[in-house]
Amino acid sequence: MTISTLIKTGGENLQDSIPIVLSTRIRLARNLCDYPFPGWAKVAQKCEILTHARETLSQVPTLKTATFFNMEDLSETDKLILVERHLISRELSESSHSSGVLVAKSQGSSIMVNEEDHLRIQILRNGFDLDKAWRTINTLDSRIESKLDFAFSDELGYLTACPTNLGTAMRASVMMHLPALNYTNQVDKVIRAVNQLGMVVRGLFGEGSDAIGHFFQISNQQTLGESESEILRRLSKVLVEIVRHECNARMLLMESERIKFMDKIGRAFGILRNSHMLTSKESMGFLSLLRLAVDLGMLPDDTRPLVDRLFMESQPGHIQVQLSGESGTDQRDFYRASLLRKATSKLPQLNFDILRDQEFTKLFPGGL
Amino acid sequence: MAENIKCDYCDNQATVHLTTIINNEVNKIDLCEDCAQQKGVSSNQGISLNDMFSNPTGDTGAASGLACKVCGFTHADFRTNGRFGCPSCYTSFRTILQDTLENMHPGTHHLGKVPDQLLGRMGSKDRELRLQDALHQAISEENYEEAAKLRDKLNEIRSSTGLAITPGQGK
Repeated sequence: MTISTLIKTGGENLQDSIPIVLSTRIRLARNLCDYPFPGWAKVAQKCEILTHARETLSQVPTLKTATFFNMEDLSETDKLILVERHLISRELSESSHSSGVLVAKSQGSSIMVNEEDHLRIQILRNGFDLDKAWRTINTLDSRIESKLDFAFSDELGYLTACPTNLGTAMRASVMMHLPALNYTNQVDKVIRAVNQLGMVVRGLFGEGSDAIGHFFQISNQQTLGESESEILRRLSKVLVEIVRHECNARMLLMESERIKFMDKIGRAFGILRNSHMLTSKESMGFLSLLRLAVDLGMLPDDTRPLVDRLFMESQPGHIQVQLSGESGTDQRDFYRASLLRKATSKLPQLNFDILRDQEFTKLFPGGL
Repeated sequence: MAENIKCDYCDNQATVHLTTIINNEVNKIDLCEDCAQQKGVSSNQGISLNDMFSNPTGDTGAASGLACKVCGFTHADFRTNGRFGCPSCYTSFRTILQDTLENMHPGTHHLGKVPDQLLGRMGSKDRELRLQDALHQAISEENYEEAAKLRDKLNEIRSSTGLAITPGQGK
């Protein structure tokens, strides 16, 4: 598989697309016991780690069809595409040598080598299913463990470069679409409450990224002193609570500012269908409103997977790779607008009646 | 325009503002560009944890002079990077780590997944002997609850070799 074949597929089954929760991700940090951590290892040691990990991982039955990408061999656009697909972190995309990533054929899992830790194993699923994601990654981790000697201590658990990851070395995150909480300026309140429970809120691409398209990534911060299932149970409870608040905020918005919202959604749809220049930020905002329109029943439910795909395909790396050679911002914005025009032209008209007549408590019966 | 806040370490204007909330305790640090870089606080490098958890207005104390016997990583390196050098650093820096871990996590003892296959390879015999000692100790102290837990752990290890202790055994 090459980067160009990778982008021809939509990644892990987008059909599971549901309201409010975009995707579930779990990553495990693992280190080899006989080497310094990547940040302290010498170049020769990092090369050794990379070779050893690559050879060993290729022997794991479920990874036989996976593709290994060495960071040195990738262009900046290729790396950007992997970041936009959440297959690698921004940190790994910035590292210049002796690091790489193994990407499963389904793109539902990837293993970064020589990021902050020797291995960062991750599972990515659409929708909201922490338990299933944990079962999958646990099995994969055990298969890898049967072939590699991880650094582990009875007392401190899996040993990681940063003590914030010690213990389970597990970071579980869920990407949430919270337009109503964002419009009603309640996100800060949510962030504060979530922080007090030992969880963190980040933007679409992790640390330091903005809340583009009203997407928020919520994950556990603490890793030691609790089992994986306890961490996931607590995180799940927080997420269900956030979903409930988003549903309430949507209902309130539709009651108090229905016309204003119908106008916002209508304009977003109109622009996506007719514009000839769209920046990445603009398109994320309009697509976010389109996703909300699907959740509200203004577009058929099966439109949601298309919207999710367009979120990914309209990002800078995915646009850049379609344009041969050097391209300027205008060319990219032009290409992005034509892509979105074409994709949204096939959609039916927005059903505004549903918003006029519906009792909003019926739109989200019992939340998710 | 935001009000001018002074750096906690010098008189320059603070441009980096760190807020951490751990166990409901809010900790705020304001730093100027230079001090932030010196303390290892930057968007690229992440956060120097030692500085983050020390009192910013008080004496942060000198590095302890500890160094990892395996990789040579020093306490000063940890203060700059907020990351360790190698897995053995956790043994070398055990004494200075306790408070940091208590602030950072709900507990200081691992309660999650145990890599059984790995431990099997890395010397199940050694682990078995240690558990056996602990079991004898618990029995001699009449701590039967602990003894039962240790027996179960021993059984887990021994079940693979068919040597598990069964309730009727030894009567």
